[in-house]
Amino acid sequence: MSDDLQILLDSLPRLGDAVLVTLQLTVGGAALAFVVAVLLGLGSRTGSLLVRGPSRVVVELLRGTSLVVQLFWLFYVLPVFGFRLESLVCGILALGLNFGAYGAEVVRGSLAAVPTGQWEAAVALDLSPVHRMRRVVFPQAWPLMIPMFTNLLIQLVKGSALATYILLHDLNYFIEQLRRGTQDTVFSYGVGLVLYFLLAYALTLLMNALEVRAKHRVGAGPSLRQVLSVVPGRRPVRAGAA
Amino acid sequence: MAPPAIELRGVVKRFGANTVLDGLDFSVAKGDRVTLIGPSGSGKTTILRLLMTLEESDAGLILVDGDPYTHEMKGRRRVALSERRRSLVRKRVGMVFQQFNLFPNMTVLENIVEAPVHVLGISKEQAVHRAKELLDQVGLGDKADARCTQLSGGQQQRVAIARALAMDPEILLLDEVTSALDPELVADVLGVLREVAETTDITMLIVTHEMQFARDVSNRVLMFDHGRIVEEADPETMFSAPREERTQEFLKAVLAG
Repeated sequence: MSDDLQILLDSLPRLGDAVLVTLQLTVGGAALAFVVAVLLGLGSRTGSLLVRGPSRVVVELLRGTSLVVQLFWLFYVLPVFGFRLESLVCGILALGLNFGAYGAEVVRGSLAAVPTGQWEAAVALDLSPVHRMRRVVFPQAWPLMIPMFTNLLIQLVKGSALATYILLHDLNYFIEQLRRGTQDTVFSYGVGLVLYFLLAYALTLLMNALEVRAKHRVGAGPSLRQVLSVVPGRRPVRAGAA
Repeated sequence: MAPPAIELRGVVKRFGANTVLDGLDFSVAKGDRVTLIGPSGSGKTTILRLLMTLEESDAGLILVDGDPYTHEMKGRRRVALSERRRSLVRKRVGMVFQQFNLFPNMTVLENIVEAPVHVLGISKEQAVHRAKELLDQVGLGDKADARCTQLSGGQQQRVAIARALAMDPEILLLDEVTSALDPELVADVLGVLREVAETTDITMLIVTHEMQFARDVSNRVLMFDHGRIVEEADPETMFSAPREERTQEFLKAVLAG
């Protein structure tokens, strides 16, 4: 066991690089997924069949094919047709497109959940269609989206482990190397569990903070500052408490 | 002679197999305050929603100040107007809703200045100045920076009235604006509307169950049933001596309840 720890300590610099790769995949994939989700989600709700039809088809295709297959297509099949993309780009593209399709459903559902009276009031004030969406409907749908985006983000972090199979030295690859070095399956995959969990949990906390802020902005719930002030160890500030 | 503020010509509105308005004709002169009464489902609210372009008519024309609003005739064909042309007319029409529909992601003041600034192109300072005047007028001068969710229903509705007035509408549509309020909050909202009626010449189309308010504010009452005008009279006649049996029944039911 102490040998295992020694090997882990020795490989710490590589762990930093590995986490960095996983974070690049996560952040890049999530950013792309968000853009894809918003575009396809809005597209799925437009009145024009010319936009709505293709949006629905793309969502179904991306959701209906597996992430591994999409990844291998980008990395191993496209070069056959003369398009060669970097591993990291392939990883970000595959994660972004795949999770973007799921995210599109989140966006579509959340927009639909905003009361129609809001849209009607915006029409009555003669706000343009783009303005209605940008300033009235979307800001109210946003806090509804975040919890579901959090789920997707955590799945995306874990999904990023597939990047090992397109030759990226990510966290999963690091764990694999650790296993080879230590010859200790329990130890190295145990480390793997902990590392992925820590990463996912950090992202969850971040997203929860985002959710509190978003809810507060639509007049529901306390501000982020108020929530953070009730963290154990610090006394909540309450007026009038004797 | 000036064209009427609002004119409906043969307007038809169907929801599926249900025909709500069946060739409705009527017009409202500038500055008129017209109350629409009638049982639910008689088409009153649908008229307001058509005038706000929240619903699409199936036939007929709607004119505002003589301008085609949602559709126009090209020869014998009825064609829909573009969103841009509708918007030109829609700027002159405002609406207050039963459920207030304030934007919860904005403060009271932001709710009021949003459209004047972005739709009418009024400067921010000017819009804020006007919004504060309007808030004073509706008795909420101290609530400019409040969140809408912190206000009572009656206060929210008064903000909604201020928001509609900030667009300087020629026509104001009031859709059961007190129906969602607790009884003790109704008077404040109606008080504000009475003042608006007395101090401006805005044309008003009112759907309400508050018969006393209708009597005080309007100069014309239309009784609807099944999408048609059953009776039309000044409020005094309509409420004290209605001619039609259908109107008598309806008023009896409403005033008893």
